Amino acid sequence: MGRVFSFLTATRGKGRLHWTDWVSYAYLIFGIFLMFAPVVWLVLSSFKSANELDRFPPRFLPYAQETVEIDGLDDPLLAFTVIDGDLTGQVVGQTRRAAGRAEVIVPSNPDERIRLTVDQLEPIEGVAFATENYTQLFERFNFLRFFWNSTFITITATLLMLLVNSMAAFALSKYEFKGRTSVLLIVIGTLMIPQTVVLVPLFLIVTELGMFNSLWGVIIPGAATPTGVFLLRQYMITIPDEILDAARMDKASEWKIFWRIIIPLSAPAIAVLAILAIMWRWNDFLWPLIVLTRTENFTLQLALNSFQGELQTDWPSLLAMTVLTLLPIAAVFMFLQKYIATGIASTGGK
Amino acid sequence: MARVELKKIKKSYGPVEVIKGIDLDIQHGEFCVFVGPSGCGKSTLLRMISGLEPISGGDIVIEEEIVNDVAAADRGLAMVFQSYALYPHMSVRQNLSFGLENIRTPKSEIKKKIDQVATMLQIDMLLDRKPKDLSGGQRQRVAIGRAVVREPRVFLFDEPLSNLDAELRVDMRGEITALHRRLGNTMIYVTHDQVEAMTMADKIAVLRLGELEQFGRPLELYNRPKNIFVAGFIGSPKMNFLNGTVTGTNLITLETGENMPLPTAGFSYQTGANLTVGIRPNHIALANDAAINITVKSVEQLGGESYVYGALKDGTPLTVHLSGQIELQIGQDLPIAIQLEKIHLFDTDTGVSLREN
Repeated sequence: MGRVFSFLTATRGKGRLHWTDWVSYAYLIFGIFLMFAPVVWLVLSSFKSANELDRFPPRFLPYAQETVEIDGLDDPLLAFTVIDGDLTGQVVGQTRRAAGRAEVIVPSNPDERIRLTVDQLEPIEGVAFATENYTQLFERFNFLRFFWNSTFITITATLLMLLVNSMAAFALSKYEFKGRTSVLLIVIGTLMIPQTVVLVPLFLIVTELGMFNSLWGVIIPGAATPTGVFLLRQYMITIPDEILDAARMDKASEWKIFWRIIIPLSAPAIAVLAILAIMWRWNDFLWPLIVLTRTENFTLQLALNSFQGELQTDWPSLLAMTVLTLLPIAAVFMFLQKYIATGIASTGGK
Repeated sequence: MARVELKKIKKSYGPVEVIKGIDLDIQHGEFCVFVGPSGCGKSTLLRMISGLEPISGGDIVIEEEIVNDVAAADRGLAMVFQSYALYPHMSVRQNLSFGLENIRTPKSEIKKKIDQVATMLQIDMLLDRKPKDLSGGQRQRVAIGRAVVREPRVFLFDEPLSNLDAELRVDMRGEITALHRRLGNTMIYVTHDQVEAMTMADKIAVLRLGELEQFGRPLELYNRPKNIFVAGFIGSPKMNFLNGTVTGTNLITLETGENMPLPTAGFSYQTGANLTVGIRPNHIALANDAAINITVKSVEQLGGESYVYGALKDGTPLTVHLSGQIELQIGQDLPIAIQLEKIHLFDTDTGVSLREN
């Protein structure tokens, strides 16, 4: 902890701040603001009630008006402070409001109804988190279904992609065969074709294969990526051939060499690709939108989209689900981010 | 009997022929060293025997069986690589057991064999470490252990000591020789270091540019080299070569103009032929009055012995090995006497030895 603190407060100047310290810290704080402000805003907004979200100008924290219990009434009333007139300073509960006039009750005298103008009242508000935004995701929408769809697609597609890409990379990096360079060039060449261009042909193929409206229709087309093949190939090239020769002398089959030697030694690169794949699949929107049309097949991203109607948008649910969608990917990133740095650094060759 | 025979072995990469037809017969239990300058094809030859490199022509015969099309793993050989090639993600124990697991050896037997080999190579306390936590010498031992534990018919070593420091290299040299004595297997060892070859080998094969120059016992190569290349390659410091023409009966006139007698028997040459006289540095002595003088260029005093690096009049370098210590000035003239019975004669044009058998 002490080391973290001393790292975070490190300065160039000894004792007093050097001007570069000011610049660095200003820049870093600006960066933090730029990165985190939208996320913080999103999280706080997801706890706001629908009324509070409509309010202009918006407020930072979620507020809700307090209520007072009045004897003899079933429901609690909205609480106000009177700021003008005879009752100045008193807390009252409002029963009705119309045309600039309000009918209020003083809690100490529940039988008397007093009429005041709206200008005389100021609402009493306190910070309150509208957790019902979250609970209704489970009650009104099939959140768990969407979550499962997203998770299933992400995990299956990632595993499949790692398997296919690592096998292709192994062949392209460690076997000498005619046309090896051409194959590699074709693989890399597909990087130059934008996804949108192949969208229609891909859709036709998926439909022909009967994978329309099936989760596999999202999983299979993403199973082989040129980026993944290239990334893993570059890493596998750095594994010395002598180790493979040694394994061959040790009577290991090529399949065994792949599983027992190549895969463990490529772990850093595979970790990088796994993180990238998880992020790609989890955040993927366009392709699932095209392939999946039935609500029970929706991924989280599609469900989020469905909250945005043509006429009205269910902002509280949308924001709450956005937060829940962010959480898994943020967790994955937090735990695996060190592999990204080390993995990418070592893919460049040592 | 693990006898290894190579019959007209060839290897070419496209139009480039790197091994040009080598015949070799390595008897069971022999320690055979392939030696030669870098690029001579010795490592390629070893990899061809191992089966890791396909051959372009000829036959490889192990125990009377042609193994040209037998996979590396099925030839019953084990190889120790120059870079050790240990599996970096496995512990020493896993490194040793990997090969045994692949041939489905029972677990209890694997453990027994590993313990036995580890004790023999003194790596028993390292079994749970990863290769990166070992020193160069320890890694080398593990690499040898990995070969030994599989009980192969033939051991192949590909420059195993070249990554070690000089002192460790001498130690490991002795250990590999001791290992050979204990196991009695056929071993084929590749090195570019002729000292390693001389000290370890039963038989040495000297290779140059994909061809076998000479194959024989170390001292046979030293005493009776077949050509200038072998004569110059075997022995340290290098043999001295002096060019000249036979001008009379048993008399050669060197290019520097000095006359030198030739041995009367043992060599066949004709008057007028261009010869190269080879003489090892330790077969030259100092003389009080001699026909040949050298100019001293530098002197290395090792205490027990001294090396004098000089040059003849025309600049031909000449090294003299003397026992004991000597005081010399750089640039001074030094009369030398060549031991006539120790000289070698070669045809200058073909490089072939003129020795009569």
